[in-house]
Amino acid sequence: MRAVRTETAAPPAATPPAAGSQSRDWRSLLGRWETLLVGLLVVMAVGGQAISPEFLTADSFTTGSLDMSEIALMALAVALVIVAAEIDLSVASVMALSSALMAWLWNNNQPVEFIIPICVAVGALCGAFNGVLVTRFGLPSLAVTIGTLALFRGLAFVVIGDESVTDFPQVWTDRAFGNFAGTFIPNTVVLFAILAVVFAVLLHATPFGRSVFAIGANEEAAYFSGLRVKRIKLILFTLCGAVAALAGVVITLRNSTGAANVGQGFELTVVTAVLLGGVSIFGGRGTIAGVILALLLLGGIQKALLLSESISSYWIQIVTGTLLIVSVLGPNLARRAAEVRRRRSRPTPEEGP
Amino acid sequence: MKLTRLLAALALLAALALAACGETQEETDGAAQDGEATQTAQEGQADPNAEIPQGLKTVSIPKQLGNPYEEFEHSGVDEALEELGGSNRVSGPTDASASSQIPIINAAVQQSPDAIIIAGNDPDAVAPALKQAAQRDIKVVGMDSDVAPDARSVFINQVTTQQVGEAQVESLGKQIDYQGEIAILSATANATNQNAWIEVMKETLKQDKYKDMKLVKIAYGDDDDQKSFQETQGLIQAYPNLKGIISPTTVGVAAAARYLSTSPQKGKIKLTGLGFPNQMRKFVKDGTVDEFQLWVPKDVGYLAGQAAAALVAGRITGKEGETFTAGRLGEYTIGANGEIVLGPLTTFNAENIDEFDF
Repeated sequence: MRAVRTETAAPPAATPPAAGSQSRDWRSLLGRWETLLVGLLVVMAVGGQAISPEFLTADSFTTGSLDMSEIALMALAVALVIVAAEIDLSVASVMALSSALMAWLWNNNQPVEFIIPICVAVGALCGAFNGVLVTRFGLPSLAVTIGTLALFRGLAFVVIGDESVTDFPQVWTDRAFGNFAGTFIPNTVVLFAILAVVFAVLLHATPFGRSVFAIGANEEAAYFSGLRVKRIKLILFTLCGAVAALAGVVITLRNSTGAANVGQGFELTVVTAVLLGGVSIFGGRGTIAGVILALLLLGGIQKALLLSESISSYWIQIVTGTLLIVSVLGPNLARRAAEVRRRRSRPTPEEGP
Repeated sequence: MKLTRLLAALALLAALALAACGETQEETDGAAQDGEATQTAQEGQADPNAEIPQGLKTVSIPKQLGNPYEEFEHSGVDEALEELGGSNRVSGPTDASASSQIPIINAAVQQSPDAIIIAGNDPDAVAPALKQAAQRDIKVVGMDSDVAPDARSVFINQVTTQQVGEAQVESLGKQIDYQGEIAILSATANATNQNAWIEVMKETLKQDKYKDMKLVKIAYGDDDDQKSFQETQGLIQAYPNLKGIISPTTVGVAAAARYLSTSPQKGKIKLTGLGFPNQMRKFVKDGTVDEFQLWVPKDVGYLAGQAAAALVAGRITGKEGETFTAGRLGEYTIGANGEIVLGPLTTFNAENIDEFDF
């Protein structure tokens, strides 16, 4: 959709980028949000290392990425929802419900192999509930998912109360906590990588993904060109619920604790990661690669602040909040600046008197 | 074209990763050397006369930042470390959940302090992260609320159930000459701590010394200020001969004191309990309450800091029966399961209450 917008704004640039000159390639590379993120990653690496010599270590990566596991998983699914110009703020609550359900089922002597699919299925149901409210009743997803944010968290407390269940089998907790085949890469990162590939292919290389972009860019146009808008959105919400529930399974096993209070406020970090990754809050724009870079950036900043000897952890929230605003503001400003530049360098006939 | 961009991004990332790996190598080497050094220093059994090294570094992890009780507790760790020529850093999560404490622990472990002192938000969830600390020869001391015993060397317990029950009965007993009707104002009917303490109180009252004290009623104020206030009022109306009330909950004892302070029975019906000096100060000053009790959170932290230093020095290893001197608090013995009990409750009265600010 990005390409389409550029075409309408400036017809001469419509020629495929591959045919463009070397210098223009370079400029478009510079202009890309992902490039900016990579630049920020470099800055973060240098800054983090200045804060603590422990920053650029395998250890930081292992523990830092473990801390981000659930947020990363949920960000993949939420990215798709936001590309479709909707939002799901209930993900952290679905995660908690899944964790509570897992605890309850385990207390009732169910095997983990059976619990996991049940949890994911319940998560999918939660997502579908969101989806039905949004698509069939035409309610705004912001309102719906703020409602279900409270509702699912409440359900989680109904399921397990204030208790926490901690006696999950070690085989499973080791799987969630451990590293992949003797490397410093946690198993949860491998799980994330697999899902990231699946979601990237789904979004960027399938007709379904193209429909998601089309819906996000212009829902009405998408509808009139024959896309089953409601159905696609329902699928996205359902998928989002299922992935959030999977994140619930991961956090439960990783911490060896099933409880209803896990991950409070995670939805904020998830949305921050997605928007910082260059996914437009207005839909129709964004890449999975950008989201991954944003996750690296957020995880890195969090780790650097934690490693700092003098900065309080309150700053993590302040930085997350600031990044959220910057990531919404940044692309807008960049686009405006680009527009101005284009007008100056190449006044189009329509603009002339 | 897309591919070029992707490749460029990947190349940069790879460079980053390489830089990271380079660092790792060095770090691991450093850590290994440190590890060896400490290992040799600690071979064999506990040596009660071992020197406490200068410049000890510890990290103490509260359940949550911004909680005055926790802050006071952790200031005790600071005090102990300063006294021993070392330093402590408080690093905690912004909410009191186990999942937010884990990243804090991981970061602390990476900084390779000599010891980590933690008030756990969940005994088991934080255990794997703490075990990483043990692997790197970082000593772990639990305090306030315990973590899994295999994830820490010692645990500092404020006070035992037995001590609370006995001390509270004695506190009231001596105020009423060990005779007359008494009542208990508790929290909720199913509060674990309070019920355990009340059981001990009942047992204690069976002793000869307390045979003339008669427990007439256990009221439940549900740790709600208004309800506790009303329950106190009810107790006094229902039992005109009531001589004293024990309220082993900070909410209850403050509410009961507030009721008594404006009632005609002020100073006649004795009140004791577990309370915060800051909440109880005015009732002690105006004569409503002669004395009440609690542990001193700062001492919990101080003892934890001292225990951490003793562990690092090798004076103790965490085994039952080992003893060590904890600065101004005196000598302590490690009990079963690596538990160290701070000791009897501290009694607050008109003479000493101004020394405490929590």
